[in-house]
Amino acid sequence: MSAPQDSLRLHVDRDRCAGAGMCALTAPEVFDQDDEEGLVLLRQPTPRPEHQAAARLAAGLCPAGAITVNSPDATAS
Amino acid sequence: MPYEPTAAEAAESAPTLPTDRRSGCPFDPPAELTALADRPLRRLRYADGHVGWLATGHAAARAVLADPRFSSRYELMHSPIPMAGLEEGLPPAQTGDIIGLDAPEHTRYRRLLTGRFTVRRMRQLTERVQELTAECLDAMEQAGPTADLVTAFAQPVPALMICELLGVPYAERERFQSRVATLFDQTADEQAKGEAYTGLLLYVRELVVAKRAEPTDDLLSDLTTTDLTDEELAGIGGVLLAAGLDTTANMLALGTYALLSNPDQLDALRADPGLAGQAVEELLRYLSVADPIPRAALEDVEVAGVLVKAGETVTVSVQAADRDPDKFPDPDRLDLHRSATGHLAFGHGAHQCLGQQLARVEMTVAFPALFARFPTLRLAVPPEEVPLRDRANIYGVISLPVTWEQEEVAP
Ligand code: HEM
Ligand code: SF4
Repeated sequence: MSAPQDSLRLHVDRDRCAGAGMCALTAPEVFDQDDEEGLVLLRQPTPRPEHQAAARLAAGLCPAGAITVNSPDATAS
Repeated sequence: MPYEPTAAEAAESAPTLPTDRRSGCPFDPPAELTALADRPLRRLRYADGHVGWLATGHAAARAVLADPRFSSRYELMHSPIPMAGLEEGLPPAQTGDIIGLDAPEHTRYRRLLTGRFTVRRMRQLTERVQELTAECLDAMEQAGPTADLVTAFAQPVPALMICELLGVPYAERERFQSRVATLFDQTADEQAKGEAYTGLLLYVRELVVAKRAEPTDDLLSDLTTTDLTDEELAGIGGVLLAAGLDTTANMLALGTYALLSNPDQLDALRADPGLAGQAVEELLRYLSVADPIPRAALEDVEVAGVLVKAGETVTVSVQAADRDPDKFPDPDRLDLHRSATGHLAFGHGAHQCLGQQLARVEMTVAFPALFARFPTLRLAVPPEEVPLRDRANIYGVISLPVTWEQEEVAP
């Protein structure tokens, strides 16, 4: 069954970010870090379908809880 | 209802932290610790009689490390193992020691550093790590066909790299290497550790003063342009130097020992060097050398259905958490093909390892290079004779005698 994932929307909180780079490591197409403070930068606020799984994984791995995922099927895995 | 035994009940039955691994596999947590992992969080008796907690479940460990209500300040913690000279309790973090601070002091230091350790910046060092690795392998090969892998390879590769990054002359290593070793040695008493730390700080401070006067192209020089004092810079530099010297080195040596002990896994890595990145994550999980991580509750917090009271210490056993079968099926198997993502070997939360992307690059380069250079690498002693660092803050081997078939040089 395919879920309506097109609407996956990401939000990052740079105040919470610990600059650990788990996101840029896990989903480099979606997240980056700035060169000054190493804090998260969102390259794709609404990731393309092929990057959505990695983006969700990165959100789950973030040590600081700085990445939130909003989508109608946010509870589906 | 949260499970909450009375204080007296808890004190009576609480175990102490098991640390003895001698009876079992050198890569597994102590058997007595695994036996305590039947509950995610349980009572633990500390060296001074404090009755706190031990977290062994992956979800519970992660929850504690992610929660700012659990403090990293040493002076609020009780130690699970007796520490000579510290019967009065742990002293607070010294200036610049980022590991023992909470927000906002912690955040201030961390923000000055994270930009220097990003995924992109560390990947840019790949070529340099390859060069340094090749140099170490050349020297090892020339001196062969036997070596102590720790001193010939595992220590110099990360040491050369962190020295270059920070701008610390590697040639002066007799001024810092043994001091760092003392800091991580659990058998060293507090006076010896204090002297080692003071010596390390004085050394880094000298460097900082020199770099302020005459900046070079390195991290310490760059940090002199921030508002950090010389004392703060010496503290931060000392922590970075110590962390850079004695962490990856243990992963490289213990990881090599683990791979040599699991020939099918080593063959898989040799057959497919592209597996290196994943292999490194699995070795990090399987070995979890930086263990345990302590925290102190600042207020009452419920974790895994248990109420941790303000003032109580929680010892997070990373080794146990990274062997939690609910998170990693068949956890005691080293399986380079599994997804070890989500392991806690670099910690979790605001203090998650600052140097992790550097360590990843170092290991992803160094392991395949070692096994490519020495296809016949094997232990030069029976496996049970490899001396273990079971009394150090970072687990590993004290030495790893190895040998290999030397290629006949054509006449
Ligand atoms: C494989 C090697 C490594 C392992 C297993 C490791 C493990 C860890 C762990 C578990 C923590 C968290 C401690 C806590 O939460 O209290 C940590 C923090 C830290 N690590 Fe690493 N580390 C490694 C390599 C490095 C390297 C190469 C550096 C050098 C720059 C480094 C620098 C640091 C620093 C500065 C912190 C403190 C961060 C903070 O408190 O915000 N580590 N490391
Ligand atoms: S994983 Fe989280 S803490 Fe780390 S850089 Fe990304 S957003 Fe920041």
